Amino acid sequence: MKKFLSGNEAVVEGAMIAGCRFFGGYPITPSSEIAAHISARLPQVGGKYIQMEDEIGSLASCIGASLTGLKVMTATSGPGLSLMLENVGMAIQAEVPCVIVDVQRGGPSTGLATKVGQGDVHQVRWGSHGGYPVIALASSTIAETVEFTIEAFNLAEKFRVPVFLMTDKIIAQLREDVDLDSFKDYPIINREPASENDEFLPYRAESLTDVPAMSAFGGKHLVRASSTTHDQRGIPTSDPEKITFKNERLFRKIQDRADEICRWESDLQTGADAMVVSFGISARSAKQAVIEARAAGKKVNFLKLQTLWPFPDKAVQEASEGVSRIVVPELNWGQVALEVERVVGKNIETILVNKTNGLIIQPEEIIAKL
Amino acid sequence: MSIFTYINEAKLPTFWCPGCGHGVIIKALAQAFDELEIPNNKIVVVTGIGCFGRADDYFMTNAFHTLHGRAVAYATGVKIGNPDLTVVALMGDGDAASIGGNHLIHAARRNLGILALCANNRNYGMTGGQYSPTSQFGDFSATSKYGLPESAFDLCALVQAAGASFVARSTVFHYNNLVKYLKQGITKGGFSFVEVLEPCPTMYGKFNKLGAAPEMIQKIRDEVVPVKRWEPDSDKLPIGILRNIDKKEYTDAYAEVIRKAGGDNGN
Ligand code: SF4
Repeated sequence: MKKFLSGNEAVVEGAMIAGCRFFGGYPITPSSEIAAHISARLPQVGGKYIQMEDEIGSLASCIGASLTGLKVMTATSGPGLSLMLENVGMAIQAEVPCVIVDVQRGGPSTGLATKVGQGDVHQVRWGSHGGYPVIALASSTIAETVEFTIEAFNLAEKFRVPVFLMTDKIIAQLREDVDLDSFKDYPIINREPASENDEFLPYRAESLTDVPAMSAFGGKHLVRASSTTHDQRGIPTSDPEKITFKNERLFRKIQDRADEICRWESDLQTGADAMVVSFGISARSAKQAVIEARAAGKKVNFLKLQTLWPFPDKAVQEASEGVSRIVVPELNWGQVALEVERVVGKNIETILVNKTNGLIIQPEEIIAKL
Repeated sequence: MSIFTYINEAKLPTFWCPGCGHGVIIKALAQAFDELEIPNNKIVVVTGIGCFGRADDYFMTNAFHTLHGRAVAYATGVKIGNPDLTVVALMGDGDAASIGGNHLIHAARRNLGILALCANNRNYGMTGGQYSPTSQFGDFSATSKYGLPESAFDLCALVQAAGASFVARSTVFHYNNLVKYLKQGITKGGFSFVEVLEPCPTMYGKFNKLGAAPEMIQKIRDEVVPVKRWEPDSDKLPIGILRNIDKKEYTDAYAEVIRKAGGDNGN
């Protein structure tokens, strides 16, 4: 069945397909339609919506509900995301699956509440103190928004980590046809339940890339979840060996498995001298720029990042082979450009094409740098 | 059964200072669980941060050690996620009344069916005895060396005004009553708030020259009066059950939302 959906509606469709059963919300432009739609949809399947007193509470309530075994989500925009950061750290430390949709708008501060921005790329990765990894996806079409919402749940459940879906003000309100039937057989991943036979440890892990199996509050096991650095029993520890194991595992369960997580779309040309790397709404301008540049006889590689964190180093490395410059269009002061530069080094020129005035980048502005 | 069905005896003595009120409070809570015969796996003890934030370490129940001030916000998700659970949020006065004040009043307003317990020792013990929202006017603390120019919250009045269905105040001296209120709060089926006045001899007691724990407990006993004998112009604090009303609990009200939306069958 084809539906003419907005990005915010697409998030709700994706969440329902993934099996979301709890949403803790707080109103903020331009994400509010997500809460409005899902507050009506969830109770239709026995799920629950609550509007909390602030964004701190909305993510906290999600984390609590996730520990009772439900798939959970919240949605916000930059200013709300800033308030959620302590709970992002909580979900990382306590290893609680949750999905956070960030409908980006222009900053800083209240900034441009009703205009587009892409300035939260580093906030989602580095905003929580300690600097531990999360997963972030970015969609640039409405169909991708449905798919990546499902994918965000899958990754959250698989890795016991907060997963961000990053859209923006334009994707949120843009409408495109989506065939929802095409997601009927989309694989759905559920968290691995802890064995009833072994002695239960809430954070049981053998290796540094392990994700502990989970039990819900109220089930057979006595579960401990903790914000304090803990051992495998969930008890605070000051033993450097146990701390090393826990912290290294939090890092490596994501970073070492980046190949399993990272997604991108590339369109490469033999003999290309230049490349365009982009994501989200800016990838649409980038794609058009590449089409026009090629029509004018230029050889250009195109790379659209669908995963922003862990950063798809490999995709950038492979796609940049042989090029002398990389153009990165984005609606911030060079957040993805900084990562691209880190990956390719100084021998390839990284050129930022940016805008922070609430408007999108035009293809001509990209072509001018190719 | 005994309190050691719920408290891990191997972990005693607690890490709290000698004379701290926290040990008495967790004993009272374990006794309430025991007398109500609640299965351990159906209880979730949620804690925040501070000396009392360590309380979950001692419980052989589900344990959820969270962030400063957020115990009630997490407890909200737990209770809504599984309304059959007995959810208890344990907080100090900094946790409940300062950084977590917003969550506290909104959970009370929603009449969410959890027990929120505030161990009130009138200061931040763990961080070195700074004044808190329940420190009294003129109190001395690590951050009010000239006497505090602020007044204290009456937390029970605050939570009643916000809409809680059960509110009680007790002290660690009035142990048997404390157990009684905790049991009533747990079984109320609405938002229950129990404030427990207790000594922090190491910090609050030291800064205000209140003596050792026994003297502090006597002082706490002398500054309260049973609510039946309490007069509004009294300079004492009323103890006892300050509110006990019946109103629809949040998850029950939400079950009605699910019914109206057609989600109560086929799921
Ligand atoms: S500092 Fe005060 S509150 Fe903390 S353990 Fe010692 S007596 Fe108790």
